[in-house]
Amino acid sequence: MRRLLLKSFVHGPLTEPAPAKDDAALAELAARVDGASRKRLGRTLAIREVDAGSCNGCELEIHALNNVLYDLERFGLRFVASPRHADVLLVTGPVTANMREALERTYAATPDPKWVVAVGDCGRDGGVFAASRACVGGVSAVVPVDLHIPGCPPSPVALLRGLLALLEEVTG
Amino acid sequence: MVWARSIVDRAAWEQATQRLHAEEASLLGLWAEPGFAYMALMQSQTCEVLTLACEENRFPSVGRLHPPAIRLERAIHDLVGLEPEGLPDTRPWLRHAGPYPFLSAEGESLHQIPVGPVHAGIIEPGHFRFTANGETVVRLEARLGYVHKGIDALMVGAPIERAAQLAGRVSGDSTVAFALAFALAVEAALGAGVPPRAVWLRALAAELERLANHFGDIGAVCNDAAFAMMHAQCGLLREQVLRTADGCFGHRLMMDRVIPGGMRCDLAREGERLLRALVADVRTRFPELIELYEDTASLKDRTVGTGILSSALARQFAAGGFVGRASGRGFDARRSPGYAPYGGLQFEVPTVQAGDVNARIWIRIREVEQSIGLVEQILRGLPPGPIHASPLRSSSNGAEGVALVEGFRGDILAWARIRPDGAIDRCHLRDPSWFQWPLLEAAIEGNIVADFPLCNKSFNCSYSGHDL
Repeated sequence: MRRLLLKSFVHGPLTEPAPAKDDAALAELAARVDGASRKRLGRTLAIREVDAGSCNGCELEIHALNNVLYDLERFGLRFVASPRHADVLLVTGPVTANMREALERTYAATPDPKWVVAVGDCGRDGGVFAASRACVGGVSAVVPVDLHIPGCPPSPVALLRGLLALLEEVTG
Repeated sequence: MVWARSIVDRAAWEQATQRLHAEEASLLGLWAEPGFAYMALMQSQTCEVLTLACEENRFPSVGRLHPPAIRLERAIHDLVGLEPEGLPDTRPWLRHAGPYPFLSAEGESLHQIPVGPVHAGIIEPGHFRFTANGETVVRLEARLGYVHKGIDALMVGAPIERAAQLAGRVSGDSTVAFALAFALAVEAALGAGVPPRAVWLRALAAELERLANHFGDIGAVCNDAAFAMMHAQCGLLREQVLRTADGCFGHRLMMDRVIPGGMRCDLAREGERLLRALVADVRTRFPELIELYEDTASLKDRTVGTGILSSALARQFAAGGFVGRASGRGFDARRSPGYAPYGGLQFEVPTVQAGDVNARIWIRIREVEQSIGLVEQILRGLPPGPIHASPLRSSSNGAEGVALVEGFRGDILAWARIRPDGAIDRCHLRDPSWFQWPLLEAAIEGNIVADFPLCNKSFNCSYSGHDL
């Protein structure tokens, strides 16, 4: 372990480069997310993820936001364990009939002010599952949605971009 | 691989149930459509599918003698309305309506801990009901079905292209394996051939998927023992696999890349270079992580001897993947019944007996090594040529096909019947988790509540794949 720790120490952080004017989308986003969140939300935004029926593809990419390359927390965005600690509900999936009540209750348990982000093509309108009798539809069929992040699943960069859009809406 | 196919009467159905009960055969799947029940089983090297016409919408319960079938039969009752005669547990399973009576546990000083369906982490929804005596779990019962999306019903009448999209979204982490199982079943039904290059590219995608998931799991299990360093390092490897997959096939999870008839896209021009770089990187860095895992006594203290699954239960439930292999069941669908191109590739199926969390981590470690070897072999042997046989033509009425594919968490069964107009008549996809979820309940017994996340992650069953 010492050898690995030493290596990490010498190598420096693996997190992808800090924002630069001419850099790719991720880096550019990083600066904007940081600026906007500081302005309005005291530099931090607490996110509670709710899987309301997804195939788990969206969850995999949301997870990836926490890896060392994307390192979501450097922007002041972090995932919390309870809706009672959350500013944002990040909801995936077509909402299934069996998850409807759980989603409603999670929404009710989240203190105001709160925002809901629907993730993925299924979260928008049910996606490939839209016609199913076992599904209620997109997230907006159950709780009010402030923003949709499309994709099947959206990449970590697309997720970041979406969270930025939310911040702009919130501060606007 | 040819599957034996027979329409049976009640006596033969019950005789098959007896074979399962005596562990002469393993249950591969149990599903239904209005009026008919289906059973897929494997005995030595032979796979067969049995159909039983259900008079008055009833059929003799398999779960009555063979417990692994119980939840499958509860699902059949919920979704199709057939009644399994003698089924010992008649509570609804995938259809949620009203309060759900959990199984009881009796004794002094017991308390219940309800968890879910919305969990504390970024995971899928399901409800766990613990009955504990102090810190010790006396009984765990899972209630699933929260992410039931009605996939079997959506499949009915779906054109093959749309059905393939659905198959690829049964469980997102196994999208390649499900798409492959579905494609093989459709190709078997239509008697369609697939160009050799597509066969090899499918295996390449499947092994990349296995690598990404195993890296993610190894890190996540260690993270549930609060060993964040392993999580960070494995997360990095996983991300590299996903970026390589994106570079090779244009999608990080490789969704919709495997389609009936072949592949949707060829390996990108820079794909080979990316893959070689990935292999070299894993070969350098992964051994250090294995050493880190092995040398960290405080971590091993959490994983060794925790959540032991007996080999008897693994055998009875025909548990696939790392769950079965960590408890001495060395089954791998790539070997048996086997499918191309694995017959011509060198790989081992690691097996250990211990059955604890540590064993399930070690199986994954060994499988990473095997998959890296397979990627190298595929790069060496990848044949040139077309990647899609077109067009797929439907043949006779009621063409039917079945396939068994090894996903990262175990064997996936796909069965499909195709209409003369080319649309899907009926399709059923069985996730490996059906035979692993019940075993988690057995493995946690006698462990402390705080070790549940560790056990659960070491099984890493799919909610979505199970709930369909």
